[in-house]
Amino acid sequence: MKPFAYVRADSVEEATDAFAAHPGARYLGGGTNLVDLMKLGVETPTALVDVTRLPLDVVEELPDGALRVGATVRNSDLAAHPAVRDRYPALSQALLAGASGQLRNAATTGGNLLQRTRCPYFQDLSKPCNKREPGTGCGALEGVHRDHAVLGHSEQCVATHPSDMAVALAALDARVELHGPEGARSVPVADFHRLPGMHPERDTEIHPGELITGVVLPAATAGLPSAYRKARDRASYAFALASVAAVLHLKDGVVDRAGIAFGALAHRPWRARRAEDALVGAAPTTAAFEHAVDLELAAAEPLRDNAYKVPLARRLALDVLGRLAPPATT
Amino acid sequence: MDTRSAQPHGPSRKVIDAMDSQHEGTAPASPPRSDTTLRVNGKPHTLTVDHRRVLLDLLREDLGLAGAKKGCDHGQCGACTVLVDGRRANSCLLFAVALDGCEITTVEGLAGDGEELHPVQRAFLERDAFQCGYCTPGQICSAIGALAEAAAGHPSHVTDPRTPSGEPVPLDREEIRERLSGNICRCGAYPRIADAVEDVIS
Amino acid sequence: MTGTETVLGAPVERREGREKVTGTARYAAEYDAVGRAQAWPVPAAVARGRVTGVDPSPALTLPGVLAVLTHENAPRLADPQDPTLAVLQSPHVPHRGWFVGLVVGETLEAARAGAAAVRVTYEAEDHDVTLTADHPEAYVPDMANGGFPAVTEHGDPDAAFASSATRLDVEYRVPPLHNHPMEPHTSTARWDGDRLTVHSSSQGTTAVRTELASMFELPEDRITVLAEHVGGGFGSKGTPRADVVLAALAARTTGRPVTVALPRRYLPAVVGHRAPTLHRLRLGADAGGRITSLDHEVTTHTSRVKEFVEQAAVPARVMYAADALRTSHRVAPLDVPTPSWMRAPGECPGMYALESAMDELATDLGIDPVELRIRNEPETEPDSGKPFSSRNLVQCLREGVRRFGWADRDPRPGSRRAGPLLVGSGVAAATYPVLVSPCAASARALPDGDFLVRVNATDIGTGARTVCAQIAADALGVPLDRVRIEVADSGIGFAPMAGGSSGTASWGWSVHEACVRLGGRLAGHSGPLPGEGIVADADTSGTADADSPFARHAFGAHFAEVTVDTVTGEVRVTRLLGVFAAGRILNARTARSQFVGGMTMGLGMALTEDSTVDPAFGDFTECDLASYHVPAHADVADVEAHWVDEEDAHLNPMGSKGIGEIGIVGSAAAVGNAVHHATGIRFRELPLTPHRVLTALLEHEHPAGMLGA
Repeated sequence: MKPFAYVRADSVEEATDAFAAHPGARYLGGGTNLVDLMKLGVETPTALVDVTRLPLDVVEELPDGALRVGATVRNSDLAAHPAVRDRYPALSQALLAGASGQLRNAATTGGNLLQRTRCPYFQDLSKPCNKREPGTGCGALEGVHRDHAVLGHSEQCVATHPSDMAVALAALDARVELHGPEGARSVPVADFHRLPGMHPERDTEIHPGELITGVVLPAATAGLPSAYRKARDRASYAFALASVAAVLHLKDGVVDRAGIAFGALAHRPWRARRAEDALVGAAPTTAAFEHAVDLELAAAEPLRDNAYKVPLARRLALDVLGRLAPPATT
Repeated sequence: MDTRSAQPHGPSRKVIDAMDSQHEGTAPASPPRSDTTLRVNGKPHTLTVDHRRVLLDLLREDLGLAGAKKGCDHGQCGACTVLVDGRRANSCLLFAVALDGCEITTVEGLAGDGEELHPVQRAFLERDAFQCGYCTPGQICSAIGALAEAAAGHPSHVTDPRTPSGEPVPLDREEIRERLSGNICRCGAYPRIADAVEDVIS
Repeated sequence: MTGTETVLGAPVERREGREKVTGTARYAAEYDAVGRAQAWPVPAAVARGRVTGVDPSPALTLPGVLAVLTHENAPRLADPQDPTLAVLQSPHVPHRGWFVGLVVGETLEAARAGAAAVRVTYEAEDHDVTLTADHPEAYVPDMANGGFPAVTEHGDPDAAFASSATRLDVEYRVPPLHNHPMEPHTSTARWDGDRLTVHSSSQGTTAVRTELASMFELPEDRITVLAEHVGGGFGSKGTPRADVVLAALAARTTGRPVTVALPRRYLPAVVGHRAPTLHRLRLGADAGGRITSLDHEVTTHTSRVKEFVEQAAVPARVMYAADALRTSHRVAPLDVPTPSWMRAPGECPGMYALESAMDELATDLGIDPVELRIRNEPETEPDSGKPFSSRNLVQCLREGVRRFGWADRDPRPGSRRAGPLLVGSGVAAATYPVLVSPCAASARALPDGDFLVRVNATDIGTGARTVCAQIAADALGVPLDRVRIEVADSGIGFAPMAGGSSGTASWGWSVHEACVRLGGRLAGHSGPLPGEGIVADADTSGTADADSPFARHAFGAHFAEVTVDTVTGEVRVTRLLGVFAAGRILNARTARSQFVGGMTMGLGMALTEDSTVDPAFGDFTECDLASYHVPAHADVADVEAHWVDEEDAHLNPMGSKGIGEIGIVGSAAAVGNAVHHATGIRFRELPLTPHRVLTALLEHEHPAGMLGA
C-alpha cells in the first residue's frame, strides 16, 4: 500500500475542497471495499478524505413522504430502520442479504453504491483487466467467469456489480444525491452505474470530486409490497450468483406499478424496464410474470460457463413476483 | 506526482497533514503519520500512526494485544473482530487514524480486571466451542456484538419480516447462525458455538 | 487409584482453553522482540519460466524497507528434502505464485509496500495446467502418497465385471480443495550467533528442525522450533512450508528477528492443496447384491516440483469383499502448485467416489444402501488378506440407522417435498487407517507431588495437551490435576507431527510408556524424592512402528438429510449424523469436536468449496476466503457425532484409533447421495453449487418451485 495523506472532513464543502486539493484522492467511508483494494494495490490513492464524520448519518422523512438516507448511514442501521423495514422491505432485505454483521456495521450507504467489482482478474495486479488498467485486456472473458455478467457486458469487461443494496434501490426508484465542485445534483440509482462499453474503468456516472451525500427513496414506492431474494454459493456471507428486487402495486386486479431489478447479472444493477412495461396493465398471473421476465432476459448473452445465471434469475424473479402478488388460482 | 504537495487544506483544523518531507535526497523519509488517540479496553492510548496502519495491526504490533487475529486481512473471515464504540467490526479494514477518539474493546478487555470471564467466554469454554482457537476471539467479540444488535432490534436475513420493527429480536439457532456467519471457523466448531451463545441467552 | 477408570475417556476441558477464550494464547506471529522486522513475499507472475531480472531499488528507496531478498542475493542453502522449500535459490519459476522475492521491512506496511514495488521480469514459457483423464503425460507412479503401491489387482476384474449381472461404470470428479486453516502459515525466526530459534505454525516441530538443520547445514541441537499454539493445519502444516525457510533466511540476512506471515491469498499456491481427482469406478454385482468386481481408477495431478499422488483408490482396498479387485493411480505432472496433504488425503476423495458408486449400485439393484454395504462386509482386509484388528462398520451403520430414523425413509427418489424444497437423505461409509509412529517422552515425579510430562506433541486444536495429560494420569494412576505437561518444543525430543490421525496414538504411547516406567521406579523408591525428582524416559522406536499382523482401520457411517431448493438449486444440509468406531475414545469432549469438525469440512467439500485452475494464468482463481467458500455458520445446521464402544487390543496401550480425519471421509458422499434421493438426479462432480444443481434440475424438467407447472 502506498503512503497517503489523511484528511478528516467535518462538512460536505470541506470534503469536496480537500478532495480537489489532493489530486488522486479518494473519499473514505466505511472502507470495507476501499481498504481491501488498497491492500491489494488496486486502489492507490494519494490521499483519503474521511467523510464518515460528516453530518450525513441520519435517515429523515421528507415532506412529500419520501425518505432521505444520509450517505454515511451504516448498512446495518439502514436495514434496521423502522421506516425502511416497514415501507421499503426490499431494501432492508437486500442489505441483510449482503456481507456480514461486522461489514454491515462499517459499510456506508454511499460506499456500498461505489463498491467495485469482485472480479478476480480485477483484484490481481498480475493479470490483465481493462477496468483496472485500460487497454490490458479482460482476463475473465475467456477465463474463469462463472460469476460474471450475462447482460450488458462488452468485449472489454464482463464484470458484475456486487452490491445487493443497489439492486433494491434501483427497483424502488431511489435517487442518488451528489455534491461536487459544480454543485448538487441527483441521479436515479438505476442510471447511476454504467455499462462497461469501451470504458469499463468508469463504474458510475459520478463526476470527479463529487461526493454522494445521500439517497432518496421516493414516496411513490413507499409502503408498496417489495422483496429481495438472492442465490449464492453458501448460505451466508457470499456475493450473489443472481438476485432480484421487485416492487409491485396492484390496482383493480391489474399491475399498476412494477419495479424489478436484477443483481449480479451485469456491470450495474439491471433495471428490468421491458419486464415492467409488459407487466403494467396486466393481471398478475403466472403467465404474465413469465412473459415479462422472459422478455427481459431474452437480451441475455451468457458467457461460456455462466448460462445458469439466466434461468436462475428467471426463477428468482418469478418467485419474488409470485410472493408479492400471489397469482389467482386459475 | 509530487507527493510533497499534500499540505493542510480547507478551513478545518482537523485537516491532518499528509506527507512529511518525502524523497529528499536518497534517504527515504517516514510515511505520513498522525497522532491518534484511542481508548482500548478502557485505557487511553495516543500514538503517532502511519496512515496505512489498520486497527488490527495497531492492536497487535503497537499495543501488544494479539487477541484479535489476522486470518485474511481483507474482511473475509472475521478473526479480527473487535468492538468499536460497542459495535462489532473487522479491525483489518479500519485505518487507525480514522478512529481517533473511538472506544475499542478487544477480547482482552472483556473479562474485566478480575479472574471472572465474560459470560460468552465462559460459555465457549464450557461448550468446547473452539479447537485451534484462532477464530475464537473474533467469534466471541462477534457474538457479543450480535447479542447487542438483536437486543437493539436489528433484524437479520432470517428474521421473520413480520417481526415488529424496533423491538428486540429473539434469537433462535437459525438467527444465531446467520448473525455469526461473518466469522469463519475452519475447525468446524459451529454447532458448539451456537450452543454457547444459546447458553448465554437463556 | 481412584479416578483412573474415568480419566481416560472423560470429557476433560482443554488445558489451554482459558488462554484461547481470553486472547492470551500466542501464535507464531505473536512473539515480539526488540527490532523484530516483518517480511512480505513476492509471488511469481508467470505460470512457468524463469526470472530474468529483479530490480529491488524501487522497494529499497521506500521508507522502512530493510532488505529485498531474491535468488540473486539470498544465502545459498543445501538442497532440502522437500524441493518446494528451495525458495530464492534459483531463477526457475515452476508455477504461478512460487515465491521469487521477499521484502523485509520495519513494519508490515513497509514490507507490503516494498513487495509491491519490486520489479521482476520474466521469460515466460508455455504452460499446461489442465488435468484430463487422458492427459498424454499421465503415468503410473511407483507409489502413491503414504507409500502405497500405485496399482493392486486381485482376480480378473475385467472378466468378472463383464459377466456380472449388474454393472455400474461411472466417473466422478473432485476439484482441487484448499486447507485454509484460520491461521495463515507463519514463522518468526531469530538467530543468536549460530543458534536459530523459530516459532512456526507447524503441525510438528521435529520435522521443521530436521529440514532447517539440513538446509542451513547446522547441527540439530543449535535449532529450536516452537509451536505453542497453532491455528489449524489440516495437513498443510504437516511439514515445514516456505514461511519458515524465508523467515530464517531473512533473519540471517538482516540480523533481526523476522516474522513471515503468509498473506491469505498466497496460500493456495505455496502450502499445498488437495489435488483434483478424476475417478472411474466399475462395480459389478450379482443379483443378491454381492460385489463381484470392483475397479477404482484415479487420475490426478502433481506439480513439476515434486511428485505427490493423492492415494484416492486406496480405501477401495479396505472396504468391500469383492472377488476381483483392482485399484490404480495415474498422475500427470503439470505446471501447477504442488499438491500435498489435506485432511484424509486419499480416503476423503476416494470414499466420495466409492461411496457414491455404492449408492448408485444400491439404486440399480433396488437394495437399501445400508443393506448393500452390510452384504459386502469382508471377513479379512480385501487387499492384504490380513484379519482386521477390529471392524465395526456394520455396528456404525446400524447405530446410525437407529439414531437417524433411516427406517422411516421412503427410498423413492424425489418422494419428499416441502413447498419448493425437495428433501432427501443419504448414507455413506467411512474408513481411515490406524497410523502410529515412534516418539520420545519423559515423565518426572517432582518433590511437590506433581508430575511433569514432556512430549513434543503439537496442539493444532485437537486437544493434544489435554489428552496426553489424561494418558499420563491414567498410566501413573494419579489425579489429572497432578500432571503438568509440556509440548510443542523441538528441544523436548523427537515426535511425529499432528497428522495422519496418528498424533495421540504416537505421543500417547510414549507418554504411557514413560509413565509406566516412572511408576516402576517410584515403586522401588523410598523416602522423599530428590530435588530434581525422579525421571523416566521412553522411546517407542521399534515398538510403535513394528509391523502388525492385523489390518487396522477406523470405520464410520454418515447419514445426511438435505433440502434442494427447486427455485435456485441451492442445497442445504439440514442434518448430518456420524457414527464412528475408532477404538477407545480418550476424551469425549475434544473427540466430539474433532468428529464434528471433520464432518463440517466434508459438508463444505460437498456443497461450497470449489477451486479452479485457471487455464490461461495457471493459478487457482478462488484464492481468498471471499471466493473459496469455506462453510459459514449458516451452512452448518445440525451436526452430530456418536461412537460405538470398540475394544481393540492390537493398537496401542490406550486402545485408541485416530479420529482427526475420519469425520471428513464419507461426509461428501452422504450429502451427494441425499441430493440424489431428493432430486432423482445423480451428480458426479463436486461441489453441489447452484450452477451445477439448477442446471441439472432444469435438464430434468423439474417444476419451477412456487410457480411450478
